Amino acid sequence: MSLYYVQKFLYEINRSETVRDQYFADRTGSLASYDLTDEEVRSLVEPDIGMLFHMGVNGQILMHFAPLHGIEWFDYLRLMREGIAEHGPVRAGVYAITGYEGVDNHADNLGQQSHAIDGVPSTTSATEES
Amino acid sequence: MPLVYAGVCSHAPGIVGRSDQADPTIRNELYAAFDQMRQGIEATKPDALVVVAAEHFANFFMDNMPSFAIGMANSYTGPIEDTAWLGIDKTKVPGNAELSKRFIKEVMNTSDVAYAEEWQFDHGIMVPLHFLTPNYNLPIIPVNINCQGPPLAPLHRSWAFGESLRAAADALPERIAIVGTGGISHWPATPDSGKINEPWDAEFLDRWCRNDRDALLDYDDTTIYADAGQGGFEIRTFIAISAAAKQAPGTVHFYAPIPIFAVGCTIASYAI
Repeated sequence: MSLYYVQKFLYEINRSETVRDQYFADRTGSLASYDLTDEEVRSLVEPDIGMLFHMGVNGQILMHFAPLHGIEWFDYLRLMREGIAEHGPVRAGVYAITGYEGVDNHADNLGQQSHAIDGVPSTTSATEES
Repeated sequence: MPLVYAGVCSHAPGIVGRSDQADPTIRNELYAAFDQMRQGIEATKPDALVVVAAEHFANFFMDNMPSFAIGMANSYTGPIEDTAWLGIDKTKVPGNAELSKRFIKEVMNTSDVAYAEEWQFDHGIMVPLHFLTPNYNLPIIPVNINCQGPPLAPLHRSWAFGESLRAAADALPERIAIVGTGGISHWPATPDSGKINEPWDAEFLDRWCRNDRDALLDYDDTTIYADAGQGGFEIRTFIAISAAAKQAPGTVHFYAPIPIFAVGCTIASYAI
């Protein structure tokens, strides 16, 4: 696993038109210089947003990658939730500290009003679902 | 010339990019508060605006991550994001390399800081500028505090950095305004985007307005993550502005949780 290089590639494609052009001309080939596993290459080529988030890619990098593929905001959120539901909690990086309890559950735990976004149902705990 | 303005504001990309999906009443109130902030800054007739932001891997990555960095260029570009997604056109933003250099040299008297002659702005700076300098006619000095890629400098270092920014501004003959940008509690760009801890925000903003150093530094990243999300790490920018304002009291001009914007949107300033 080489989360660092997955994120390094995303960092570079987000900020460089040259890297973007290379990626969209030859997705697999554009990744050749990065030390990536087969699973990481597949996730970046498809792209598999849910798996990338499960791997631990920082959302601040991932959310810029998604629009490059025409993925709308709510679909981006949904794909991450589906990735956690399918693969389990985030396995590395800043989000690995805790799982995701969902907006509604978080509000319930704090005795607060939920701020779940309309049209985007909150998920249950990744641990419960996995 | 003593610092002429100090304030903070939110920078969430949805504020512009998803503006059509928010309740128009609260959105317009936020926009009005941004405009009042613009007027407040303009009234001080600044020669430059220092924007203390928490950029999101637009320029700095874990191959060489500075805790603190300041731009030193005659111009900057942005936004780095897809323009349709962010709702802000790509543009050139004026800087002032010579002024930045003198500013950085002053900061270096008391804080270690990286400098950068290239800097692509992301939403962390472009969203505030969209409202505060909509004609891009005020030189910007971008400042970054690493709030994204741990390990992060501890909060007391952000306070010390804010003191250094103030000392640098005061030492220069130019009129310098400073604005910190970031979120308070929020879980941006994650499946829990939209989660906002209002009581936590209220407590933090109370400490911020009292400019209570001990209270502001009485957080740690473990509890911040649990109670305020990874976006809460960005309080470092707010804390730096508190230090820059010295003992001045603060006022929250606008606060409202706007889930589609993924943050409790905030506009506040200090009476320096």
